[in-house]
Amino acid sequence: MHPAPSIILFTALSGLGFGLMVWLGLMPGDKGAWVAATFCILALALASIGLCSSLFHLGHPERAWKALSQWRSSWLSREGVIAIAALASFSLYGLLWVTSGTPNTLVGALSAALALATILCTAMIYTQMKTVPRWHSPLTPILFFAYALTGGALLAGKVTFSLWLLAALGGLQAFTWFKGDKAFAAAGHTMNTATGLNPDAKMRLLEAPHSGPNYLQKEMVFRIGRKHSQKLRIIAITLLAILPLALGLLFEVKHMLAGILVLSHIGGLLVSRWLFFAEAEHVVGLYYGQR
Amino acid sequence: MTSLPQSTEKSLGLVIDLDTCVGCHACVISCKEWNTGAYGAPLADVDPYGAQPVGSFLNRVHTFEVKPAEGPAAVTHFPKSCLHCEDAPCVTVCPTGASYKRVEDGIVLVNESDCIGCGLCAWACPYGAREMDPVEKVMKKCTLCVDRIYNENIPEEDRVPSCVRTCPAGARHFGDLSDPDSGVFKLVEERGGFDLMPEQGTKPVNKYLPPRPKQEAAPEMDVLGPLLAESTEGAGGFFGWLDRTLEKL
Ligand code: SF4
Ligand code: SF4
Repeated sequence: MHPAPSIILFTALSGLGFGLMVWLGLMPGDKGAWVAATFCILALALASIGLCSSLFHLGHPERAWKALSQWRSSWLSREGVIAIAALASFSLYGLLWVTSGTPNTLVGALSAALALATILCTAMIYTQMKTVPRWHSPLTPILFFAYALTGGALLAGKVTFSLWLLAALGGLQAFTWFKGDKAFAAAGHTMNTATGLNPDAKMRLLEAPHSGPNYLQKEMVFRIGRKHSQKLRIIAITLLAILPLALGLLFEVKHMLAGILVLSHIGGLLVSRWLFFAEAEHVVGLYYGQR
Repeated sequence: MTSLPQSTEKSLGLVIDLDTCVGCHACVISCKEWNTGAYGAPLADVDPYGAQPVGSFLNRVHTFEVKPAEGPAAVTHFPKSCLHCEDAPCVTVCPTGASYKRVEDGIVLVNESDCIGCGLCAWACPYGAREMDPVEKVMKKCTLCVDRIYNENIPEEDRVPSCVRTCPAGARHFGDLSDPDSGVFKLVEERGGFDLMPEQGTKPVNKYLPPRPKQEAAPEMDVLGPLLAESTEGAGGFFGWLDRTLEKL
């Protein structure tokens, strides 16, 4: 699939923002008004910048509000509705916290639940795609939760939690890559099932339907950079888990270092999200003799 | 509402005969022509005469080489458009309700004024039947020529999808696939019509008819052999006389 920057930013940033909301909502800790305000604004900003960047992916952003209507059937619609509810609830939580000095446990828990639900909806948009076997797996939502909670813990300064989560996330990501590499073959889609022709025959595309590339190929048969995917995987996992974990275990995590940890993790997150799209093969490629 | 109907009153669709299709792309062109002037926004092209032309089409013809384990290889031309699936995944993913399946005839359509161009429905379709219009930025797909088949302003014989009307080989058939008395239903029964990628669970309405098995290559036959043979046995008439005369010399 085409790794559109707007979608990579959207899933990465909103994941971090909603992940941070979960931690702030459930474990606000002892913070003064200014510190609390900073954390809350950071969470809201990340989530809203992420959501806004997703609008750039649309052909008609001015009609985006219509996407809130089909929550009964569509995960994308559900995501929109629940994200707005989460933003509203968390804004209220932050406001109460900053003005009264103590966080409201009930509103906090509600915000955390809505934030978790938003992360689930985002993941389900991809998980539901039977046409992309690499995504069509329970590992996808698990991975999205792991990323959001790990990034959120790092941003919230929950050092012990984040070190455990970093280790778990690294393992989970490696396992997902390993499983994902086999998903297309395991799903059993071939050129023969795609065309319904002789299942035992050897098939190849003799003539493409058109000489130039079309929308489908650009959007769904993205192959550039797959050549380097092994190297990119190593870079991603090093940045997102191994480096922050090593630094966190070796040194005491204080301001400067915490910043480096967070930046390294976010860098790794962006590379792995790029791979999430770039490596995903859509079954329509079979009609074009490509994957 | 993007939930799928429980059932539809009819299942209008196409039956495509892979045995008959000659791969001329006439259906592609007639589809483009009709749908550029009819339902919804025109089917746009970008840079049509330039170096990198791209455009949206609702129907495309792929050509495959099929090499069986034994026997000769065959070429199969393979036209592909929306299959108007019963369990259309493109409909349920749509966040706006722009994509829908009609209860009265099962046609899957896009309401272009509701479409936000998110592209999710094209991701959900296993068959590559949906293309984003490069100019209008809304999703385009086969409408089964909904503006022809019920159109009382055109002659009755034209009230079929444009591709069906155009196909010079008669490889495309249109009708109600839920009606056991319909021509298309019987065709599918007789010829063993099949679904594309049944493992995707989309239950396509459109069916494909398999190419008839290629005959084993006929035993080598020497057409000129008897004429070129050196024997003159059995020659009569002029050649017989010539033969006999030359023999005497
Ligand atoms: S062929 Fe594709 S676009 Fe058409 S109904 Fe089926 S899933 Fe939807
Ligand atoms: S591109 Fe249009 S029709 Fe397709 S899912 Fe998005 S809003 Fe619906």
